[in-house]
Amino acid sequence: MDTHNLIKMANNIGAFFKSEPDRELAIKGVEQHIRNFWEPRMRKAIVEYVQQGGTELMDIVSEAVLHIAK
Amino acid sequence: MSANNEIDYGTPASSSANQVTLEIDGHKVTVNAGSSVMRAAAEAGISIPKLCATDSLDPFGSCRMCLVQIEGARGYPASCTTPVAEGMKVCTQNDKLASIRRGIAELYISDHPLDCLTCAANGDCELQDTVGQVGLREVRYGFEGENHLDSEKDTSNPYFSFDPAKCIVCSRCVRACEEVQGTFALTIDGRGFDSKVSPGQNQPFMESECVSCGACVQACPTATLMEKAVIDNGVPEHSTITTCAYCGVGCSFKAEMKGEQLVRMVPDKNGQANHGHSCVKGRFAFGYATHKDRITTPMVREKISDPWREVSWEEAIGFAANKLKGIQAKYGKDSIGGITSSRCTNEETYLVQKLIRAGFGNNNVDTCARVCHSPTGYGLKSTFGESSGTQTFDSVMQSDVIMVIGANPTDGHPVFGSMMKRRLRQGAKLIVVDPRSIDLVSNSPHVKADYHLKLRPGTNVAVVTALAHVIVTEGLADEKFALERCDVESFGKWKTFVALPEHSPEAVAELTGVPAETMRAAARLYATGGNGAIYYGLGVTEHSQGSTTVIGIANLAMATGNIGRDGVGVNPLRGQNNVQGSCDMGSFPHEFVGYRHVSDSQTRMQFESAWGVTLSSEPGLRIPNMFGAAIDGSFKGLYVQGEDIAQSDPDITHVHHALRELECLVVQDIFLNETAKFAHVFLPGSSFLEKNGTFTNAERRISPVRKVMTPLGGKEDWEVTQDLSNALGYPMNYSHPSEIMDEIAALTPQFAGVSYEKIDEMGSIQWPCNDETPDGTPIMHADHFVRGKGRFMLTEYVATEERTSSKYPLILTTGRILSQYNVGAQTRRTENVAWHEEDRLELHPHDAEVLGISDGDWCGVKSRSGETVLRALITDRMQPGVVYTTFHFPHSGANVITTDNSDWATNCPEYKVTAVHVAKVAQPSAWQQEYQDFSDNQLSLLENRIAVNE
Repeated sequence: MDTHNLIKMANNIGAFFKSEPDRELAIKGVEQHIRNFWEPRMRKAIVEYVQQGGTELMDIVSEAVLHIAK
Repeated sequence: MSANNEIDYGTPASSSANQVTLEIDGHKVTVNAGSSVMRAAAEAGISIPKLCATDSLDPFGSCRMCLVQIEGARGYPASCTTPVAEGMKVCTQNDKLASIRRGIAELYISDHPLDCLTCAANGDCELQDTVGQVGLREVRYGFEGENHLDSEKDTSNPYFSFDPAKCIVCSRCVRACEEVQGTFALTIDGRGFDSKVSPGQNQPFMESECVSCGACVQACPTATLMEKAVIDNGVPEHSTITTCAYCGVGCSFKAEMKGEQLVRMVPDKNGQANHGHSCVKGRFAFGYATHKDRITTPMVREKISDPWREVSWEEAIGFAANKLKGIQAKYGKDSIGGITSSRCTNEETYLVQKLIRAGFGNNNVDTCARVCHSPTGYGLKSTFGESSGTQTFDSVMQSDVIMVIGANPTDGHPVFGSMMKRRLRQGAKLIVVDPRSIDLVSNSPHVKADYHLKLRPGTNVAVVTALAHVIVTEGLADEKFALERCDVESFGKWKTFVALPEHSPEAVAELTGVPAETMRAAARLYATGGNGAIYYGLGVTEHSQGSTTVIGIANLAMATGNIGRDGVGVNPLRGQNNVQGSCDMGSFPHEFVGYRHVSDSQTRMQFESAWGVTLSSEPGLRIPNMFGAAIDGSFKGLYVQGEDIAQSDPDITHVHHALRELECLVVQDIFLNETAKFAHVFLPGSSFLEKNGTFTNAERRISPVRKVMTPLGGKEDWEVTQDLSNALGYPMNYSHPSEIMDEIAALTPQFAGVSYEKIDEMGSIQWPCNDETPDGTPIMHADHFVRGKGRFMLTEYVATEERTSSKYPLILTTGRILSQYNVGAQTRRTENVAWHEEDRLELHPHDAEVLGISDGDWCGVKSRSGETVLRALITDRMQPGVVYTTFHFPHSGANVITTDNSDWATNCPEYKVTAVHVAKVAQPSAWQQEYQDFSDNQLSLLENRIAVNE
């Protein structure tokens, strides 16, 4: 999958949940959204990106992806 | 002209709950108060002669043919304009009345051509019937006097002719254009003997404001306004009720036939969505169904550079199955998928997704709603608990304030648009939120928007949140409703959020381009003006924040208590005929039928038990993800039913690249559409006239689609899917689509009470239909939200990444036009091209002047994605800085320019915002020239296909 595009998609999701004042809820929102709507190979690619030290994701998105990786 | 064998009650039904009893010709008759004497008689089976009266129009009382005598009343009142009264005694037939009627008929006939035997309306003419009914035997005045028999016939409209020589000046056409359509294109010009029906300013129909909806033709009691198809082919001899295959209004029609030939489509006055009205597409543009371009023999080829080879159905199905199985064996089971179509029936869509989930063994199924209303599904499910609109279309007649956001109902959903205009003429207020001055703003007679929020494309969320800011900070919210019906914590959090100063109209006025006072006034009107209803379209959904705007709209409705009754609600206007249905039927990769997530083990077990296979619990690929996976080499096979992704999807060079990477593309369609030019297998599809099934319109109404002719390719679409499934080793054995619907009902709570028997009995059903609501559900969320408590969600404005710059200074937005339909595959193959034969680039006069562009000039339109060339149309509909085009013609390349930006939640493309540079040019773009060559080559490969017997 095109990682650049996945980063963009993930950050767009993060931009929606960022307005949630409770940070943990925001992270959970991103995580649940990606789990619900992303096909496994997309999830795998974004997890690999984070695990390999990718830095272009918003903080709450990176944390959500790390939850998915667990 | 009314359809065959249909009772015309003369005047509309009264909706009064009170009844009165009167006596007509000695019979006791009980009818609703407010009925006309004519209607009361008709309901009692007593026919009063009439000419100017018809039950689709308000009574007029001009022809005087329907005179009656009423005990105690003076003279001979017209029964059409006389309301019933308790104890009234009416006489409809006596010698005096007969004499008067014969006298009137005699006057009409003295100025009417006596060519009944060769007239196109012979056998279907109300004048002929009425004259027969009154027993006219002679015309004492002769036929040599001054008359209108030499009046010139107007044949300018491609679908109907206007022959003034046959006109009796009953005004039915004029009234239909006003009352039913709301266009006011016709008038009676002149006085007395000189009176004549006049389109526009004495213009031919095609030069007038006429929108060719057919209401005048429908209303005409003679052959004056007559379908050319009837003139050419004669009066139809039988008819079948079916549902239109164009937009999401889902109009009911009588398909009037001669044998297997469709002569005309007549809107069904009992149609619960359209009440006897139609538009130019549904009424007239059905010629594509038998167009010479139809492909009726299956074809295969190894490579897309090969000529097509016609084969038998068995060979084509076997070829496709072997290819798809081979791909899965080589690349894994997730390497193939399929796309369902919102143009196909519920049953066909259900079957395709079942084939993919059960036969392919994955959830790689998606539908064209991905690129239009997927944000509606997400937004309304998240807030209300159900992925659907909340109302009936009729509900608009109870609305006091109508807010139209990013929709153009008079063009995109014209029959509903007419109903909305009718309500607006009655006095409802109108708020339009749109970058363009759509017709509702000020270009519809007797309709004018109270507020037009002419926002900059891409700023919907800022505007909707600013409206919420006004409602909350000015104390206009319906706190009682919100606290009782909605989640209290989310309501509180939302109020705090929208009340922030940065969400005020003043703070976002510059960003949105909408004056703060206009936003404030619009918010006040919506919140306090009575029943407030919101209607929206793709101008809301096709943005990077499409889902957020849908959520914002739901928030507005909940905060003002505008949910759960007639006249209010949130109403997505669905683009294609079965967008709602295709979504309902489990076409999305994360949901089973009825919007249940694939990870829900209880639901999955239910389907596994019914389908006899193990199902994946993981969401599959969405359409844009399929393209990405095709380019990265992990997705190799695709089955596309009735969808044209190679034209309709954004960033088309990326899409074409993906399609070229596929090892097997199976296209099932009625034409060799743009996608099929990249295909390896072509399976002939069937038109809506050639199959049985159901469509579900934008108001959740499940309506029947009925087969009126044999499929030209030999199979209905569901049969083809079934054959492919069987060849792939997953058995299906349906003998009729009703069995598919029975399976859907058994597996789907919202559809549990739906069956073909019930649809036949009720005409149509609005889901949910189950034990709790056996007759369906016209209004959703009446007592409680489907999810329990309504959920407010925060709607932070996030600017799109697509920005204007010195290199790309203008914003391009896209839309559709009345006479064409989506990718145009159907309407381009009809006479509708007379109204729109090419896509044009609309731009404001100021921009045109700065760019040195004149009307009709060729303009290069360049974005970060690509470049195309369109001819200019200069219009002040546009605001400076914003240009617009439609996408009905493949070689226009509108989607060469659109980008890969998409909605954050659903990946619905951001069609509505593309930064572009526009300049005058002299030749087509490089893409257009290359695509023309590719297309020509593909058509040559089709033309030179190897015939089945060679």
